[in-house]
Amino acid sequence: MITKRIIACLDVHGGRVVKGVQFVDLIDAGDPATQAARHAREGADEIVLLDISATHEGRATLLDTVRRTARELFVPFCVGGGIRTAGDAAQVFEAGADKVSVNSAALNDPMLIDAIGRSFGAQAVVVAIDARRDPQAADPVRDAQVFVQGGRKPAGRRVVEWAREAEDRGAGEILLTSMNSDGMRTGFDCELTAAVSEAVGIPVIASGGAGTVAHFVDVFGRGRADAALAASIFHFGISSARSLKEELAKAGVSVRLPC
Amino acid sequence: MRVTVIDYKAGNLTSVLKALRHLGAETEVTDGDLALVEKAERIVLPGVGHFAATERLDATGLTPAIRAAIARGVPFLGICVGMQWLYAGSSEAPQQPGLAHFAESCTHFAESKEKVPHVGWNSLEVRKGSRLLAGVEPGEFVYFTHSYKAPVTADTAAVTRYIEPFASSVERGNVMGVQFHPEKSGATGLKILHNFLSWEGKRTGQAKGTE
Repeated sequence: MITKRIIACLDVHGGRVVKGVQFVDLIDAGDPATQAARHAREGADEIVLLDISATHEGRATLLDTVRRTARELFVPFCVGGGIRTAGDAAQVFEAGADKVSVNSAALNDPMLIDAIGRSFGAQAVVVAIDARRDPQAADPVRDAQVFVQGGRKPAGRRVVEWAREAEDRGAGEILLTSMNSDGMRTGFDCELTAAVSEAVGIPVIASGGAGTVAHFVDVFGRGRADAALAASIFHFGISSARSLKEELAKAGVSVRLPC
Repeated sequence: MRVTVIDYKAGNLTSVLKALRHLGAETEVTDGDLALVEKAERIVLPGVGHFAATERLDATGLTPAIRAAIARGVPFLGICVGMQWLYAGSSEAPQQPGLAHFAESCTHFAESKEKVPHVGWNSLEVRKGSRLLAGVEPGEFVYFTHSYKAPVTADTAAVTRYIEPFASSVERGNVMGVQFHPEKSGATGLKILHNFLSWEGKRTGQAKGTE
């Protein structure tokens, strides 16, 4: 039976893991390679590394970080941040990533999704969507907007429509982050996750807002997520992926255990 | 031991090479040097991406070289598309023939409410006698990412259920295949690769099992 994935996410800035609340107020949370290895050892089903600085100057640092992180990692490893061309993606794959996640650059040039998929296969392309609801909107879920530049700028696209287009262009997975809940530990946006998951035929990874085991149960149930991403819940020793999965199993969620 | 890894320019080999080296293998990569295949002690054909990419194996002459190596009894492991290539073909690229070591063909998952591709950790129902999957216990998981799959037949070494039962591993004589990614399947995956690397290899016809 296919299991729900628990994905450990490392936000990386200048070669260090950082954690912020709603993408600001960054705190240092360690070395990426060490953290990734620990998460894999502690039962994470997959590791995502997001370079949130994503500057051209930082490319060499990022590739070095990816290389070091991938060296002893034998679970799927996805890298995002600053991938603007199929050539950027190729460098990241060569450094040891199994998947790349694209965000702003895919919105600027949707053909990027097709291009990476053609060269490396759909399974290697994750389209990351930063979503923000406008509580004033007539239908906050249907009208949820895509944001770019680390959540600073609206992209002028609706979330569900963009997810569909990404699938049509050959994305293998959608990584959906709720900007409203990111870092708040108040729970995932299950309504929006379910809307996207029902609109596409590819797996959806829910992100933003994990704080308790119940939040994960909720997003795998009501939210129809295929995987869920967690960052702050793990970083400071609150819980390991293994203990989270043991609790999920008790709640009837199918997870990879023992791990 | 030395492993010859075939590069047909479909996706990246980094993860497979890393896992093999981690297990102590010496690796060499070829994208068309037939002499390396002729001298190969063990061959791994990785694969992520599209079945059509295997056309490159024909264009470079690797297909007959691999066929000859298999006939010599060289242990061979195909991963993901590399396993699918062992069959007659795939509906993903109907014009592109596979090696046809196994007579059947690969097909897309049937229409259903489930997500395709099948992405994530799923379990294996290992059939008795599999050398590749020796020591893999019920309840161990491996990582999959694919939309096409091979049918369950007498050569199937493990069955996985997603939408329908499919062959997650195949094995006959010195030829083995896995639909999942052992290089990405944690300790279970490394155990499977270790089984492949430590299998002694017998000449064709003398192999234990179904031949």
